[in-house]
Amino acid sequence: MYSKTVMDHFKKPRNVGTIENADAIGEVGNPLCGDMMTIYLKIEDERITDIKFQTFGCGAAIAVSSMLTEMAKGKTIEEAKKITNKDVAEALEGLPKNKLHCSNLGADALQVAIKDYEDQKAGKPRQERQQAEKHEHAEKDVCYCPYCDSEVGEGEAFCKSCKNALVHL
Amino acid sequence: MNIINFDHLSANPILPEVQEAMIDVIRNNYGNPSSQHSLGDAAATALEAARDSVSALINCPVSKEIVFTSGGTESVNHAIKGVAFAKADKGKHIITSNIEHNAVIRSLKRLKLFDYNVTSVSVDKYGMVDPAEIEAAIKDDTILISIMHSNNEIGTIQPIKEIGEIAKARKVLFHSDAVDSVGVVPVDVQELGVDLLSFASNPFYGPAGVGGLYIKRGTAIWPMFDGGVQENNKRAGTENMIGIVGMGKAAEFAKRDMEKRIAHSKMLKEKFLRELPDYLDEYIINGHPEKSLPNHISISLKYIEGESVVLMLDEEGIAVSTRSACAAGALRASHVLLSIGHEFADAQGTMVITFGMENTEEDVERFLAVLKETVVSLREISPLYKK
Repeated sequence: MYSKTVMDHFKKPRNVGTIENADAIGEVGNPLCGDMMTIYLKIEDERITDIKFQTFGCGAAIAVSSMLTEMAKGKTIEEAKKITNKDVAEALEGLPKNKLHCSNLGADALQVAIKDYEDQKAGKPRQERQQAEKHEHAEKDVCYCPYCDSEVGEGEAFCKSCKNALVHL
Repeated sequence: MNIINFDHLSANPILPEVQEAMIDVIRNNYGNPSSQHSLGDAAATALEAARDSVSALINCPVSKEIVFTSGGTESVNHAIKGVAFAKADKGKHIITSNIEHNAVIRSLKRLKLFDYNVTSVSVDKYGMVDPAEIEAAIKDDTILISIMHSNNEIGTIQPIKEIGEIAKARKVLFHSDAVDSVGVVPVDVQELGVDLLSFASNPFYGPAGVGGLYIKRGTAIWPMFDGGVQENNKRAGTENMIGIVGMGKAAEFAKRDMEKRIAHSKMLKEKFLRELPDYLDEYIINGHPEKSLPNHISISLKYIEGESVVLMLDEEGIAVSTRSACAAGALRASHVLLSIGHEFADAQGTMVITFGMENTEEDVERFLAVLKETVVSLREISPLYKK
């Protein structure tokens, strides 16, 4: 069910651990499906010189974290800001559809860490283990239209793609 | 690599004798039991022989009370919806528990669209239903009680006999989903006092895709499929003879070898649980300590997530199951584990081990060693684990 790249990063995750006296920390958690991830950054001259992660989650969540750290390492803050969850999923040669929402939160954690760094630079008081805003889809049930397989929202009476009536159990 | 299967709940190998019987149907006995000629007669004879074997396995007094189906899910759907439709004029209230299989839960949800209403009773920390709570939930318009015999996620065996007595006294039909029990532990429909009982063939080393529904004589029930008069008019459609003959043969062996199988599973289960503390800490064993399936263990491993455990064990050639949200595709923590009071995070780290006849003590020893490595390396990655 997972691509070779996902399995490789899952089996041999890169950059696992914490950084003592990290310059920034980003933590995201998704209480609904339970995945959680913490990113630690070491930053010198606006460049990420070291990055570590810890993740509680499924195979996809661990592979995403590992890939994200590889992608962000050595990048400048401005470059790192451009990394999206979609980029990480693509670098992993795709993720199963049902994992795209819950487990693909690496870039979110990175952005939280970068915000933590910038807040400190701006002299804002550092929040204890800054929490990300709720993962975008965390509150929603993700399900798929039985007729055309498009994503449909909770309680929607009709599929937006194929217009068939839906019954939610 | 030889795979050690500790996931018999998901799939059992088919017994060699069962395979032979099925191949014989394919090669030599392909007739349709409804035909009037001798090809049909031979098939009809095989069909009734299979019905007799299955009926003996659950001590059903008349074999005609068994309806062959496509498996546990169909049986459950038939029992619940078939009774609900047949009894709609008497009432639309159904009682169930919070830890049923999705076949029950979603059948009932479907019925709610047709104005049926459902009372779902809670369970204690072992996943046990309180019969008194069921009795208290019975109303004038209650038509059916549906409580599973054993739970697929935590193995707890319910007080079905007690509930059966209540149902009988209050004149409410009683269905039990016994898919994980029939052929694994003794199930006697007369002793349990059930009106309907769902079961499947694969849990006792028969083929998947075939099952049965026990329907006590005189029970009001609609068929799910309309068509011919097969299965005593209760299930239309030409019979799946290959599967049914396989199931019948598997039932013979299940009845004959049950004690031996239970003793073997129990020995492995006890060994695993006894030696586990030498390998791991910080886990919870789920389910009732005594009243549970002899081949079933559910463990919540703290600070880690079940799907990653399954994947890592698979790399080492060991198959187990998990009910973590991430693996289930449902993206929700297990309703069973939440019902017995687990936190989300603990529910996420839950692994289900189900032993089978071919497992050995050496398999269990290798499993324990590999499990230790797996848990240590995943906890290493986990932000929740503080050394």
